[in-house]
Amino acid sequence: MTLGYVARRIGVFFLVVFFAVSINFLIPRLRSTNPIEARMNEFAATGAGRAGDFHELIEIYNAKFDFDKPLWQQYLNYWGDVLHFDLGTSIAFYPGKVRDEIMRAAPWTIGLLLVSTLFAFVIGSILGALLAWPGMGKLFGIFVPVLMTLSAIPYYLLGLLLVYVFALVWPVLPSAGAYTSGARLALTWPIVGDIGRHALLPAASIVLAGIGFWGLGMRATMVSVMGEDYMTMANAKGLRDRTMFFHYAFRNALLPQVTGLAIALAGIMSGAILVEIVFGYPGIGFLLYRAISGNDYFVIQGVVLFVILSVGLALLILDLVYPLLDPRIQFRKT
Amino acid sequence: MRDLRHWINNNRMLVTGITLITLVILFGIIGSSVVPRARADVGAGRPARPPSLEFLLGTDQQGRDVLANVVLGTPATLKIGLIAGLIGVTFGTIVGIISGYVGGALDASSRLVVDVLLTIPNLMVLVVITSMLSGVSVEGMGVIIAAFAWMYPARTVRAQVLTIRERMYVQVARLNGMSSFGIVTRELFPNVVPIVAASFVGTVAAAILASIGLSALGLGPQNEASLGLTIYWAIFYGALIRQLWWWFIPPIVITILLFIGLFMTAAGLDRIANPRLRTNA
Repeated sequence: MTLGYVARRIGVFFLVVFFAVSINFLIPRLRSTNPIEARMNEFAATGAGRAGDFHELIEIYNAKFDFDKPLWQQYLNYWGDVLHFDLGTSIAFYPGKVRDEIMRAAPWTIGLLLVSTLFAFVIGSILGALLAWPGMGKLFGIFVPVLMTLSAIPYYLLGLLLVYVFALVWPVLPSAGAYTSGARLALTWPIVGDIGRHALLPAASIVLAGIGFWGLGMRATMVSVMGEDYMTMANAKGLRDRTMFFHYAFRNALLPQVTGLAIALAGIMSGAILVEIVFGYPGIGFLLYRAISGNDYFVIQGVVLFVILSVGLALLILDLVYPLLDPRIQFRKT
Repeated sequence: MRDLRHWINNNRMLVTGITLITLVILFGIIGSSVVPRARADVGAGRPARPPSLEFLLGTDQQGRDVLANVVLGTPATLKIGLIAGLIGVTFGTIVGIISGYVGGALDASSRLVVDVLLTIPNLMVLVVITSMLSGVSVEGMGVIIAAFAWMYPARTVRAQVLTIRERMYVQVARLNGMSSFGIVTRELFPNVVPIVAASFVGTVAAAILASIGLSALGLGPQNEASLGLTIYWAIFYGALIRQLWWWFIPPIVITILLFIGLFMTAAGLDRIANPRLRTNA
């Protein structure tokens, strides 16, 4: 592992952090009006909450924003807050902290995405490998256009159709939420089953869309693996088809797929924003949606910062660890 | 004639894709000239009515004609994609060619910017920007999305330029005393055109995806009909739970057709631009 590569990669990560924090700081300040009072007034106009809360809030935020201080000092203070992971207070759930809101939502997103990404990966890779296998191709021929269609459709639109069919027209599954409302979360079988039932439709939409992506990728790699000399050799030795498929072709074609899987898992936080909205699933994406529709400006900022940083950090770790796992990957000098 | 048929047979994916996109465009253009604009306004009919002879696809919660909304929204959505695609790919191509041809510190810094911006989920940045604007137009949306749509084209064009730069004909041109500008415009550019075309389609698709995503979050253009806005209203007013299928199915179907068309076109162009993929058919 060259030192230059590691240094550059870490440098990129810090630039990502710098960019994310700066854009969060600058864009609201590009507006000529005081963003907080504007938001508060809009919010108060809808009649939610008590009037007293708003004066208190405006004071807290004016103190926090330090509008009387010079810009560079505001900027440094903002950095201080970010480094303490102090993302401010939610307007809609005052006095709830933005950080706590995010921490409550994140496990749902991680759980949903982790499971459905792995399922999509396994099913898609096996299907894709079968499609490239001689003889199988004819049997599974119809799957190719199906995979293409699935990978082209935005998964949240797929989700909308799934809700309509399986939750409303033929109501076998719940249409929204992560668990039956009012249920107390505990690690008991009925509760786990309930959570699983609620996760089935959102997961299905991610899995369906993902199968297309992984399937097409696997099929392309398998085709090129089949042209390798060791496949001809295996064939000449008279190995059984099954051995050739699993031990020679599949294993070798899997490597680029695993790289893709690692990247997909790193991007988990930004993966399901829109699916969560469609299903009212209480993860990061739904939190963002509620914050946007409620003008809950600090939650918006907090979620955006959190997502950018977690994706950036995960990709950094991946890029540093992966070359250690696979010696064939040289640090790319492109 | 025979050649054409042969070509179509060899590029079935590309032809199907272009056909689908053309159908969607025609639907939007012909529809817009037939359907009166006022039908897409609030209160054009009674609210939440199923399809009838007067309103072929029924009306939404506020009495808008769903068919009119989809028909008028299709060109708007395409426009966002085209604006973002054109600006993004043009800028990306320029950055990619300069970065690849000049090399050195310029290349290193542009690569750094591309790497950093590609690490950031662009929907997140778009959310920050659009949530701070009090309303955005269709054109504005295209420009904002374009600001984060140039990195992939820049990266692919740069990689292509690196391989072309050292080829014989470029060397010959250089030895003949051709200026850098001449080499870039007459030797390099024509050879990156296929790659630029393929990445243009991909960029348009990504831009439309981003615009519909932002619209579904309630951050898209609110004053003009677009496919994303129709989907947003349908979610917002619970069209699903109330089973008003005529409201949310049409925009979803058009959007899906458009995406399949764009996907197949991009894949088809890729095969032309990158001959090594052809054996994988």
